[in-house]
Amino acid sequence: MAEKIYFYPVWIRIWHWINAFMFLFLIGTGLSMQYSSPDYPLVRFDLAVTIHNFAGIAVTVCYFIFVIGNLFTANGKFYLLKISEIADQLKKQFYYYTFGIFKHEPAPFPLSENRKFNPLQKVSYIFAMYAFVPIMIISGFGLLFPEVIVSKVFGIGGIHFTDLVHIISGFILSVFMIVHIYFCTIGKTALSNFKSMFTGWH
Amino acid sequence: MITGLSRLGLALFTICAFFSDRQTGFSQNEVSEREYVFAEDNQQCLKCHSHRIYYFYNDGLGHEVKERMNPYFVIDSTEFYQSNHWNFSCTDCHSMDYRNFPHAGELRMEVKAVCLDCHGGDDTYAKYHFEGVDEEFLKSVHSTKHSEDFTCWMCHNPHSYKINARNNTNIKQTIIYDNNICLSCHADINKYQLISDKINPNVLVKHEWLPNQALHFANVRCIECHAERNDSILVSHNIQTKDKAVKQCVECHSQNSLLMASLYRFQVKESRNKLGFFNASVLSESYIIGANRNYYLNVISIVIFGLVFAGVLFHGILRILKK
Repeated sequence: MAEKIYFYPVWIRIWHWINAFMFLFLIGTGLSMQYSSPDYPLVRFDLAVTIHNFAGIAVTVCYFIFVIGNLFTANGKFYLLKISEIADQLKKQFYYYTFGIFKHEPAPFPLSENRKFNPLQKVSYIFAMYAFVPIMIISGFGLLFPEVIVSKVFGIGGIHFTDLVHIISGFILSVFMIVHIYFCTIGKTALSNFKSMFTGWH
Repeated sequence: MITGLSRLGLALFTICAFFSDRQTGFSQNEVSEREYVFAEDNQQCLKCHSHRIYYFYNDGLGHEVKERMNPYFVIDSTEFYQSNHWNFSCTDCHSMDYRNFPHAGELRMEVKAVCLDCHGGDDTYAKYHFEGVDEEFLKSVHSTKHSEDFTCWMCHNPHSYKINARNNTNIKQTIIYDNNICLSCHADINKYQLISDKINPNVLVKHEWLPNQALHFANVRCIECHAERNDSILVSHNIQTKDKAVKQCVECHSQNSLLMASLYRFQVKESRNKLGFFNASVLSESYIIGANRNYYLNVISIVIFGLVFAGVLFHGILRILKK
């Protein structure tokens, strides 16, 4: 890459790292509550609840910053996709990650000032940030204030349904996080993308 | 500070309790087949004692007088005929002399029978383990910290008591019924001070530490945390001092939830692991984070996590090898 591009303004970097650390807390405490046991407590249950609630509220605040930031800054355009082209683009990017990368072929969608994400990144980020995170937040607030949840949904208890939605979405976002961290090692060096999120320059 | 939400929760809980408490623990068939042989006899008492106002002929005045009944002596006849003691004559337990009016003053001194006076040592009632219940009660804080004035009747109203945990398939009703027993003293200073000189502690304030207080109050009984579990009796009667109360969340919020040995004990034998959910008997009534994890979701999530890790590892190793 010839020239460095300023991809990550300060607000995105702050949002990203708060979001990342809060997600780690949420995953840790969420797993601890889901698999709680008196014999093997990962985090004490009441402490896990408090940390989870706090981190969940922090992620919600972050999410609003993310949405407002994308609405009112140029960053939002990176999340727009053309439906007619996306299937073909996804195929090319998928081929690159499964075969091309090992044959040292050039990336099919090199990043530029107009393209911050490759098509796979873009689609996964859209699903994560505009589908699963809102579902997590809404279901999470339902569990935080269970009196607002309807008593029965599709024949099962409302809290039970909300919790299932919450843990399934949480699981999907956890998988996303693992894949996201791994794909961040695919850069100029294994750590260059991580450095970019600190300096802002890609 | 009591939150507005907690107040709202308790208000809703109380309203639900009022209506739900009216429902019988017996089936409609059971009730319709009953023959109320003492109904006519009992009516002699209930014509006054089931009303707030009663009438009697005053010989001195020479005319009928209208009087207010002491509210503590008013018997709800509907509740009585739905209770476990529905086929009793009033004079089975009360002196025959009560048939005379005005009642003689010394009748106030009559010694009231307690559960074991009728139910003790009788094989008919063996399955209810009355002796075991008494043994547990004698160990409880209710018995050890108070005088003999604390009898069965402090909690179990003989005129309305009905078996609940054993008969009622609706756990929510059982919870309301049982918690109302505790709240009848712990939320009512007049009754509380019958056996104590202290002011009853505010239940809401004392449980402020409890997350989602209103949800807990509506979904578990007080005795889940405040009574020692006993395998031989269905409803534990050994109420513990507050320092021995369950405070560790995981005791309920875990796969081996203590609620399976208490609140859901009667149902737990009926349904196990429906649709792969651990402690599935809870699910028809409630949901407990940590206790109701799903076996299939567990397996699927471990498999997916495993495949993702393996995929990432494989891809990473190939990248290093092909560098």
